[in-house]
Formats: sequence, C-alpha cells, structure tokens
Amino acid sequence: MTRERNEGSADQAIRIRNLSKAYGSHVVFHDFSLDIPMGTTTCLMAPSGAGKTTLLRILMGLEEADQGTVTGMDHRKISAVFQEPRLCENLSAFANIRMVREKKMWRRDREGWEEISRAMEELGLGGCERQPVREMSGGMRQRVALLRALYAQWDVLFLDEPFQGLDQESRERTIAYAREKCLGKTVVLVTHSREEAEQIGAIVRLPM
Amino acid sequence: MTSTTRKKRNKMKVWAVAVWLVIWQLVSMWIGQEILLVSPAAVFRRLLELIPTGEFWSSVLFSVVRITGGFLLAAVAGVTAAGLAVKFRRVEEFLHPFVLTVKAIPVASFVILVLIWVPSRNLSVVISFLMVFPILYTNVLDGEKQMDQKLLEMARVFELSRPVRLRYLYLPQILPYFRTGCSVALGLCWKAGVAAEVIGIPDNSIGEQLYNAKVYLNTPDLFAWTVVIVALSSVFERLFLYFIDCTVKRLERMK
Repeated sequence: MTRERNEGSADQAIRIRNLSKAYGSHVVFHDFSLDIPMGTTTCLMAPSGAGKTTLLRILMGLEEADQGTVTGMDHRKISAVFQEPRLCENLSAFANIRMVREKKMWRRDREGWEEISRAMEELGLGGCERQPVREMSGGMRQRVALLRALYAQWDVLFLDEPFQGLDQESRERTIAYAREKCLGKTVVLVTHSREEAEQIGAIVRLPM
Repeated sequence: MTSTTRKKRNKMKVWAVAVWLVIWQLVSMWIGQEILLVSPAAVFRRLLELIPTGEFWSSVLFSVVRITGGFLLAAVAGVTAAGLAVKFRRVEEFLHPFVLTVKAIPVASFVILVLIWVPSRNLSVVISFLMVFPILYTNVLDGEKQMDQKLLEMARVFELSRPVRLRYLYLPQILPYFRTGCSVALGLCWKAGVAAEVIGIPDNSIGEQLYNAKVYLNTPDLFAWTVVIVALSSVFERLFLYFIDCTVKRLERMK
C-alpha cells in the first residue's frame, strides 16, 4: 500500500514513510521517509539515478511502491510538468494548455484564450497560440508544458526538471513567473540546479 | 523535400494526360474498329448523349446511394468495433478471424454468396461494407494502439474526462490513420460495389448499364460508364478526404 486515505486536516503535510522501490535487483530507494509541508515549495535535489522521478511518479499515483506509505495525497487535485513536455504534437499550444480545464470543449473559449494568451506573452510565447507544438523548439515546448500545469486546477504541483532546455534569459523569466504563480501553494520541484532551487524555494536533500 | 513540393510533384500534369489521350486516339484510329477500342472522342460524344437522360441520373443515384451507404455504414461499424477492440481484448480476439477471412475472400465469391442472402438491389451495400470494414477497422485499431502511453499518463494525472481525452488525445491521434484507411477504402468500395452490380444486375444501376454494354458489345457505352465511375469515385474520395482534413485542421488550431 503506497497511498493511504487522508484523514487529517486540509493543511496536513504529505507524509512519506519507509518507502522502498526496486526494479529487479536495482534498488531505487529503501526505507525512505520524508515530510512535504503544504503551502510551500519543496525542492528535491539528489544525484541522477537517485530515484527523484520515481518518487514523483509514486506521489502522482502512476507507480506503486514495493513497501511503505504515502499519506496526505487523497482528494487533492494534482498537476505536473513531466521530465518530457508530454504535449499533443498535432495540437496548437493553446489547445494543449486549455485541455486541462474542461469547459466549452467544442466551442470558442474567449476567456480562456485571453488568459492563456496573456500567460504565453509573459513567458515569451506571444503569438504562438495557434502554432502546433510539433513546430516548436524544445524550450518553447517546455514553457507550454509549464503553462499547462499552472493553468490546471491543482492542490499539489509536481515539477520534474521544468526549466531544462531553456536559455539563461528564458529560464530566469520562467522561474520568476513560476515562483509568482506557486507562491503559498504546495509544489514539489525536482532539479539538479542549486541555483534554480534557491531561486524558487526550500531545499531538501534526499538521503537516497 | 517539403510536403508542398512533394504534393506538387505528385499532382497529375495536364500535358501527360493530353499525351495519353492522343496515344489512345491514334491507337484507336490505327485499329479502326470501334468495337475493339473506341476513340476518346467517341466516348466523350457518348457521355454527352448520356448525361441529359433521366436513366443516366437514376442509375448514378442508385449506385451512389448504395455504395456510399455501404461505405458510411462500414466507417461507423469499423470505428466502433476498433474502439471496443482496444477496450476489450476479447472483442479484438473475436473479430480477428472475421477480419482476416473477409480480407482473404475474393470479391466475386462474396458477391455470389451474398446474392443468395440479400436481394440484388442491396447487394452493392453489403459488398461495399464488407470491403471497407476490415480496412477501416484495422487502420483505426492501429492508430489506437500507437497511442502514446506517456500522454495517457498525463491524462491520468490531470484527471481528464473521457470526452476531453477523446477530443484532445484520441481524435488527433486516430484521424490520420482513419484518413489513410478512407483513401484506400473509397477506391476499393467503388470498384467492388460496381463489380457486385454487374454480377447481381439490379435494375437502374451503373452495374446494369455496364452489363448491357457488355451484352450488346457497346464499347462506347462501356467506356463512357467507366469514365463516370472513375469520376464519381474520385469526387467522392476528394470530398470525404477534404472533410477529414478540415476536421483535423479544426482540431489542431481550435480556438
């Protein structure tokens, strides 16, 4: 059992207790425990292969742990930026972002269009709303994926290396935008960059 | 090479068509017997005679309604069956032998067999259906199987509802496969549908006209009706593919 029912108050932390995960003989982590406080940004930093992405996948309910428990995730809406953008290649940037909010699905969504256009403008993607993402660069896709995650309705946001592939200027602009949008909310960020971690929130080193 | 350049290259050139028509005319003049090879000019004249007649339009209408009806029924059934096959493994296992058998059986065998079961006026509907169903079912199923698992994970995380998944994930993924299937199936359903009519000879159908042309050795009629079939098949294919392309564009850039 990895995800248990949240019986505590709404601001209860996400509690990871004695989590173990192995793929065959390869142990990703063993007897791992951590508290992720609500209403803050928690950065998870560890070397490559330490199991950060696996931990996020378990927290998101995409994977089962071999042992241990996760409490505090039930009934919470989650949103995520994955390691890859995971966008629908044939769809426009606008369609990719707005799909996470189900309204006016087959009709013109003027309000959504304006809100998304403003956000895209802020991240340097102004005028690309109708461009299919297959025609976009890696950095542009990464920003579209971040905007999609932020546009969704969420209680907990998981960000797995969300600023990779961005040049210095875009990175700074995107980090500032994400920090503003995530202020006071529960965000779990995985990154290799100490600079990014310091810019956006508290650091927790994983003892994996 | 860009896709636009490729499209331009693949487009039929007027001069090439003109040269082939001239060759046809010359060969026909050289043979000198209309019964063996009618000239393009004679075919054109016969077409002009046929078009104003009520019999021409009633034959065209009869065949168009039945052959396209069979195609549309097969499209609905193929897409539905593919959807069920992806969802329920047993459905795919159940349909697998049926689809393989239908693909393998020659059209002529089917026509004779179906003629025993259904009246000849509905024969082309059934044959058109049987030719189209396996193609669209297989293509749509392939499209669904190629669905990116990472995108499905994304849909799970964002708790996207079924209609949203259908609209944003499945439709854009499956439509290109559906389009390719339609392109192949449309040509085939016309060929098989008319062949079925020639064997079943329903009254007032294009097949009956072709049959009569054969019986009376009326080569100009045979060629004129063949031109009509090719034109109908081509127009129907272009219209249908245009409709699919517009839908794809709308899905891609929808506001």
